[in-house]
Amino acid sequence: MTTATLARTPFHPWSAERGARFVDFAGWEMPMSYGSIIDEHHACRTGAAFFDVSHMGRLRITGRHARKFLDRVCTRLILGMERGQVRYSLVCNERGGVRDDVLVYCYDEDDYMMVVNASNRLKIMEWFRAIKERENLTFSMEDITASTAMAAIQGPKVMELVGTFSREIPTLKRYRFAEKSLMVAKLTVSRTGYTGEDGVELVMGSTVAKFVLPMLLREKDGVAGAVRACGLGSRDSLRTEASMPLYGHEITEEIDPLSAGLGFAVKLDKGAADEREGRFIGQDALEAVAKAGPKHRLVGFEVEGRRAARQGMGIHRGGEHVGHVTSGCLSPTLDKVIAMGYVPSELSAEGTEFEIDLGKARTAARIVKMPFYNPVRAK
Amino acid sequence: MPSPANCRYSESHEWFRQEPDGSVTMGITQHAADALTDITFVEMKPAGTAVTAGGTVGEVESVKTSSEIYVPCAATVSAVNDAAHTDPSLLNSDPFGKGWLVRLASCDLSKAQGLMDAATYDQKNGH
Repeated sequence: MTTATLARTPFHPWSAERGARFVDFAGWEMPMSYGSIIDEHHACRTGAAFFDVSHMGRLRITGRHARKFLDRVCTRLILGMERGQVRYSLVCNERGGVRDDVLVYCYDEDDYMMVVNASNRLKIMEWFRAIKERENLTFSMEDITASTAMAAIQGPKVMELVGTFSREIPTLKRYRFAEKSLMVAKLTVSRTGYTGEDGVELVMGSTVAKFVLPMLLREKDGVAGAVRACGLGSRDSLRTEASMPLYGHEITEEIDPLSAGLGFAVKLDKGAADEREGRFIGQDALEAVAKAGPKHRLVGFEVEGRRAARQGMGIHRGGEHVGHVTSGCLSPTLDKVIAMGYVPSELSAEGTEFEIDLGKARTAARIVKMPFYNPVRAK
Repeated sequence: MPSPANCRYSESHEWFRQEPDGSVTMGITQHAADALTDITFVEMKPAGTAVTAGGTVGEVESVKTSSEIYVPCAATVSAVNDAAHTDPSLLNSDPFGKGWLVRLASCDLSKAQGLMDAATYDQKNGH
């Protein structure tokens, strides 16, 4: 399973020492889990969990046209972002299909960081260079993925922990970040995450990562175990419960963000109020989708039985194949099978019943509201 | 941990143990359980089912994937571990003990093709 060609993150030795089982993820050797995936899932829902997310691509985009360029490729408005603000956005192709979903960090009006999916990093960089050339824009794009590390610390007890070394961070609102110094290390700490829980994501220099991590996790203070090391396995079930899309599953080059229920991240009237905003690539196509209404919609299902519905399984109604599953799992928190998938818009009302083809058998499924699990509502 | 020496092992990570009464107990190895990750579902064919050599006695499903369970020789299922159906995590915590899957009658392991002893199996799977 381990090959020499896989990239390793600065946290890799730390994870290996803790018995991580590694998996090849987009060319990176990443922890799948350290023990039981289900236990790691519960640790994040009830306490605090650490995830190595250094494989995510990080691009620093700076210079005269940095903002203008980002408004050109992002479906969300970048103009007017304040220093210390983070925005979730889609990057679309001309047809309105999703090229990637990203986070944009604003350090200054001409200084941004974009966090992209590991599997899309090279594609996105190549495409951005082509746009820069074609549209004659002046900015620099630096790939800082290898020179930095990224950690996600997530769970209801994280803010309490973070509060022991920073008074400022627990006061940050969601989707805000601060730059902090910890000893000699400079950290970008954002109140963001991909689990549905409260928590932070941290970007730091790759050379200091191995010193910073034990400090962050308070390992020397004898409270080791307060933060549980978790892998990509639980990250996937956590984001599924929180109904967060995963690139390659809920969103692809062939799926537009409106069908995926991500309309909140699409500024359809970009450029209408202020021409400095410009128009984003894919805006024409998405305006047309919005006008006609999406033909298919992403919906959430509760599935009968204990067998997971998985990506690609057919969704049937009245003997007809009407859609397909994009993600699914036996939800550790809800203790039932949940799934997401696309169905025709006219069949997307809550409560509508379907059958999912599990391969050898079919099982009943019913559309329910998403997110499946909302920690804020549950408390 | 080395796999128990009193079992025989298949390429597809099942273990088989000859019982004193002539029956054969089977399950999946620790290596298989670790690779599958948390097992969430077990469905074995009911007692009385006849299975051909190379056929399946059922399926187990984990957080990551699902996997068929094969028998190396023609046999009849004589008993099914209900506890593993109720609590599939037994396959992770005790795959050679409480996490056994089925018991087979009229199963002649000496006629089975390609079974390995524990040392060969462990060596092959990097233990």
